[in-house]
Amino acid sequence: MEMETIKEKLTQMHGYKLHVIETDKYKTNTLVWRMKAPLAKEDVTLRALLPQVMQSSTAKYSTTTTLRSFMDDLYGATLFVDLAKKGEYHIISFLIEIANEKFLSDPSPLLKKGFELLAEILTNPNVTENGFDQETLEKEKRTLKQRIQSVYDDKMRYSNVRLIEEMCKGEPYALQVNGEAEDVEKITAENLYEYYKKAFSEDEMDLFVVGDVKEEEVKEIASELLQFEERSPKIAPEHDIQKRSEVNEVKEEQDVKQGKLNIGYRTNIVYGDPDYFALQVFNGIFGGFSHSKLFINVREKASLAYYAASRLESHKGLMMVMSGIDIKNFDQAVRIINEQMEAMKKGEFTDEELLQTKAVIRNQILETLDTSRGLLEILYHNVVAGTKIKIDEWLTEMEKTTRDEILKIAGKIDLDTIYFLTGSEAGE
Amino acid sequence: MEQITFDQLKEELFHEKMANGLEVYILPKKGFNKTYATFTTKYGSVDNTFVPFGKSEFVKVPDGIAHFLEHKLFEKEDGDVFQQFSKQGASANAFTSFTRTAYLFSSTADVEKNLETLIDFVQSPYFSEKTVEKEKGIIGQEITMYDDNPDWRLYFGLIQNLYQNHPVRIDIAGTIESISHITKDWLYECYNTFYHPSNMLLFIVGPVDPEKIMNQVRENQAKKDYKDMPEIKRKFDEEPANAAEKKQVLQMNVQTSKCLVGIKALHVDQSGPEMLKNELTMNLMLDLLFGKSSNHYYELYNDGLVDDSFSFDYTQEQGFGFAMVGGDTTNPDELAERIEKILLSAKTKGSFTEEQLDRAKKKKIGAFLRAVNSPEYIANQFTRYAFNDMDLFDVVPTLEGISLSDVESLAGEVISEERFSVCQVVPKNK
Repeated sequence: MEMETIKEKLTQMHGYKLHVIETDKYKTNTLVWRMKAPLAKEDVTLRALLPQVMQSSTAKYSTTTTLRSFMDDLYGATLFVDLAKKGEYHIISFLIEIANEKFLSDPSPLLKKGFELLAEILTNPNVTENGFDQETLEKEKRTLKQRIQSVYDDKMRYSNVRLIEEMCKGEPYALQVNGEAEDVEKITAENLYEYYKKAFSEDEMDLFVVGDVKEEEVKEIASELLQFEERSPKIAPEHDIQKRSEVNEVKEEQDVKQGKLNIGYRTNIVYGDPDYFALQVFNGIFGGFSHSKLFINVREKASLAYYAASRLESHKGLMMVMSGIDIKNFDQAVRIINEQMEAMKKGEFTDEELLQTKAVIRNQILETLDTSRGLLEILYHNVVAGTKIKIDEWLTEMEKTTRDEILKIAGKIDLDTIYFLTGSEAGE
Repeated sequence: MEQITFDQLKEELFHEKMANGLEVYILPKKGFNKTYATFTTKYGSVDNTFVPFGKSEFVKVPDGIAHFLEHKLFEKEDGDVFQQFSKQGASANAFTSFTRTAYLFSSTADVEKNLETLIDFVQSPYFSEKTVEKEKGIIGQEITMYDDNPDWRLYFGLIQNLYQNHPVRIDIAGTIESISHITKDWLYECYNTFYHPSNMLLFIVGPVDPEKIMNQVRENQAKKDYKDMPEIKRKFDEEPANAAEKKQVLQMNVQTSKCLVGIKALHVDQSGPEMLKNELTMNLMLDLLFGKSSNHYYELYNDGLVDDSFSFDYTQEQGFGFAMVGGDTTNPDELAERIEKILLSAKTKGSFTEEQLDRAKKKKIGAFLRAVNSPEYIANQFTRYAFNDMDLFDVVPTLEGISLSDVESLAGEVISEERFSVCQVVPKNK
């Protein structure tokens, strides 16, 4: 079956880029506002707090209750904020999803209301004199501290965060997406408001609109409600990554029943590089799926784990393996995983594995395009990397990958860090 | 083949009951790349005491066996079905809940081939002692993973507080000890009892031609020889109406405390439109009390008792049901007390207004539209509703028909201190 062609219509607006994707697949319309800046220790925590404060209340809706009541009345418009690291960038997202009135018995138009809500949150914050509302600030500081702390309680997430901290020590990418607890304390209503102004005048900003909409109408509403100063996006400074002379092995002991094994590799390939698509195929054969080497050998053959998989960080050039294993099986699991990487380097995979992996990757991408959030996640790669790769190009290039190209990829991949979160019975 | 049209939603549903009793539903979705199909049996972790197919006495099976069977069904004499699906560019999965076991795939090509694989693998079990033993290591790690997960422990801890006898209190995956008793013979016994087509539902959603797909399923089923199935006999012990335990505190390796308050449901013998209305009314009530636009949420947040992990949920199935409210907190005891007080306040007439109810209904209607963007939601929820004789597409009209007095009378009945229970996770050595 032929995939639906994605038509992304781009317009440079005042201070941001508008991306409109017209489709009648959904019963709702989605608006996503994204702000991107280089990751830096001095502002990562400010950036983590800012969207939380902005979504909590606005000048017009000065409490969460009035804001959320207004949204409920709009047939339960939803609003989420989200933070992400993509390569050496920190990205803030505001996501609004609102019903399409076509599917309601009440035909009053909702799209413009959704835009008004977005504009209210972005441009009309709850500010008194020179700072954000003090009460809102204090509540959101408390919540942010709890959010930072709660990473510890989810061991799967915790071990992944710890791997990156150990692996990327000294690089901005080691910073946590939610910032640092001790820096939350230093934030005041005034310095956060200063940062708000700075972010809205310096960040690279993008607005994605996905749904049964007309580009012209969207453009009109957007230019009426959202205008900012022109800016040129800041580029994150390049970091030279030194190849380790020996593998960095870190074991951390905690009161856990299951050990969490996380292994980090440097791929030395990022989105936009010519061999990026072959890297996707490499990862697919190695550990991305349930037919991959890791799943077959760690789980199915050795019965060591329930999950054993690898994934890529496309903009930072990392590949990360994760698995939950019995504490006593650390050596065996590491050995099996290393053997799988060796097999990749020696080209020990069949043509069938290669074909199978391409088919599954193709399927995965097409499926991702079926959700509005997945679709814009894929489109946003181009914003981060400063590229203009079209989705069908992506698929064609990936499918062209040859065995030789995968071997070349294998030659570029370096094992960097092995992290193990282990229980107190280690070594028994 | 019967065709049902939903004008407001602009959707069409195709249905046919096969000669062997299998219910098949197809919902075409134009513009989507993906086809998603679920093949579900009405058999979950709670079905642990039953009369096996061809026998006359009740047996009790080891805890976790429905889930174990789900894992093992993927393995065949000539290898793993996961492999088969990925060769056909599909991704396959399965899950076991309290009342259902579902097998599924999604794919953007070769839909017919993948559908054939799905139906055939679920309908041709192959269990051997060797592969059963091997699976114990894998599921053992799945169980240990959940043991370290404080949210899962909190959730199950609360169910165990609420239910004294009903098997809903048993962890879906069982324990390392209980799964050690599972044999291939037990698996066949469960399979033969619960995987008859007349106990199953197939749902396909995606850019498909319903006529063609229905023909394919019909032909596939006609080739297989199924004898008529006698009615499945399940047994559940008497369960008191009140909560079994008032409170449980779990000490774990966490930094943040967690607290959940539960209410044991009433009317768990319901099915059909009555159940749908009850469950939606309960959801509206919880939203009125604890939703982000409620004053209670504002106060709890302002007082530093909850953060954005705060949530609430209601579950109702044949024979059991519970509402749960809570999340991460700095003060689990005070949060429990406040939630209970808020719940009890809902018994007072006049605690909700028409305006609030209208708003809550609008919010739910919008949430339903958002949900039906998702093929996964449609297939999984439609199946759950159908197993309870409800219709997913009745949600909006039923919501519209719920009045303030419906909410008030449900609150008056179901909210009662004897049915409350609290479960907390707190940091060790504190």
